[in-house]
Amino acid sequence: MSAERFRIGFLPLVDAALPILAHELGFAAREGVEIEFIRDMTWATVRDRLLYGHTDAAHMIAPLAIATALGRDRPAVPLAVPFVLGLNGNAVTFSTALAAEVGLGDGLGDPEALGAALREAAAARKAAGRPLRFGVVHRYSSHNYMLRYWLAGVGIRPDDDVEIAVTSPPFAADALAAGEVDGICVGEPWNAIAVDRGVGHIALATAQIWRRGVEKVLAVRSDVIEARRDAVEALLRALHAAAAHFVEPASAAESAAILARPAYLDAPPDAIERAITDRIRVVPGGAPVAYPDFMFQYREAANFPWRSQAAWLYSQMVRWDNVAFSPADAATAAEVFRPDIYRTALAGSGAPLPGASSKLEGGLDAPIGAGSTQGRLLLGADRFFDRRAFDPEDIAGYLAGLP
Amino acid sequence: MRIAIIDTSTTRAAIISDGLREAGLDDLILIDPEGPIVAQVEAARPEVVLINLENPSRDLLEDFFAMSRALARPIAMFVDQSDAEATGAAIDAGVSAYVVDGLSKQRIKPVVDLAVRRFQAFSRLQRELDEAKNALAERGTIDRAKAILMKRRGIDEPAAYALLRGQAMRTNRRIAEIAEAIVTSDALLGDME
Repeated sequence: MSAERFRIGFLPLVDAALPILAHELGFAAREGVEIEFIRDMTWATVRDRLLYGHTDAAHMIAPLAIATALGRDRPAVPLAVPFVLGLNGNAVTFSTALAAEVGLGDGLGDPEALGAALREAAAARKAAGRPLRFGVVHRYSSHNYMLRYWLAGVGIRPDDDVEIAVTSPPFAADALAAGEVDGICVGEPWNAIAVDRGVGHIALATAQIWRRGVEKVLAVRSDVIEARRDAVEALLRALHAAAAHFVEPASAAESAAILARPAYLDAPPDAIERAITDRIRVVPGGAPVAYPDFMFQYREAANFPWRSQAAWLYSQMVRWDNVAFSPADAATAAEVFRPDIYRTALAGSGAPLPGASSKLEGGLDAPIGAGSTQGRLLLGADRFFDRRAFDPEDIAGYLAGLP
Repeated sequence: MRIAIIDTSTTRAAIISDGLREAGLDDLILIDPEGPIVAQVEAARPEVVLINLENPSRDLLEDFFAMSRALARPIAMFVDQSDAEATGAAIDAGVSAYVVDGLSKQRIKPVVDLAVRRFQAFSRLQRELDEAKNALAERGTIDRAKAILMKRRGIDEPAAYALLRGQAMRTNRRIAEIAEAIVTSDALLGDME
């Protein structure tokens, strides 16, 4: 049998780890899958290569997959997300000047207290005619939505009180260093690099804003999924095996060394290993601080594409793009996530398979057992920092209750 | 029709603008890749933007276009989708086009087609240049290998070349590869006698 070949597009980020490790450590070969990588520097290029067949699948920011399927800013192209590449793993990093102004210490900030201090700083800068400016990696990124969720939740109105601009991940630390922005919300290793260069101070992990926030996904064109369903399922099994390996503490140094290579992240292995092991160097020269579940790649069926995650991202798209809520769009968005493919791919593998395809997001204070059709599924605390919960059945009601 | 060209390669930008000018499209703005891209595009107010696919400013530019639409500003641009096949060809060639809302297909197509041809011509030129460079480097290696053989075996140049050529034929490899091996081993073992 000849191997099924997948060309996968990615950006140099630690959460591109699963396809890279699946290839490098033989998990893909074991499933009869061969992976070739196409590395880019902007999400626009990753998206275009996927839409026009330069790639078969892509490491992608989840909201961009939904925006593409909805035809935001361009004609719609149906995309499918059969696998979530991870939860969280991003951080909000302030310039050292802003960090000093809001009194950040040498640990991570508290979302509420830091928010209050930032509100004052933002008001002062706005009054001085130089509003604070934050960089996010893309208009349709979880980074944009997480940052805005936090700011709005602490009484800072994005676009009115502070500016939010776009800085692609590999240039985020540079933008901070050049003073083009006062803060960035980006994935690793770019926060760590900003700190190690002495230009940034990590304020928050996005996991403090939403404990189980959906992050990168594997995106595939829907017509490709239909045509190559068996091959896609083999790829998912390879990614699942890579995820199990990735979270083993003993594998961290090797994973970091592989990801650090010029063909992949081309970044210092030390910064990458800190992200993988949930240790965050918050201030230049400081000792790394342990923050459990900073990145979340495997446990609790983390790779399962919950339709309610897609629905939450759609709710934020409505919130910040000033478009009307549409039940039809909400359904299209939710259907981008394909739990059905995840289930058939991993049936018989022993992996926990949730019985439901959608859940209340942000409703758990403590771990709880959840219904599964295979394996034992435990879901951990998944609160948003403001303790609001998202019911995918009532998006309009949820939006009406947000600040 | 005003066309803005954003390219990390200034040579390629020049090749494209020459082509457009020859076709009678002479309202061209070359955006300085070192300067602030968005501010330059905003000031230029183009109807078509041509940008190389791998340009690091694309996410920034798309965000600007989306914001322009949200705020009903004048430069509301979309990814060109007037002809799916042409757009695919453009992506294959490495160029991405954005057009203002309402610009007719008939006006966009010649611009994009021309940009694609120029991008391809540039890639071809670059390939030829690379090949020429390689050929030059190979010739240098072969000359060095010949000199090594002449000195160590005490033979003349035609004999040295015949030796290289014979070995290449017997082992089904290129003469340059044999020469490379000789130069490498001479560098490592040349002083061992």
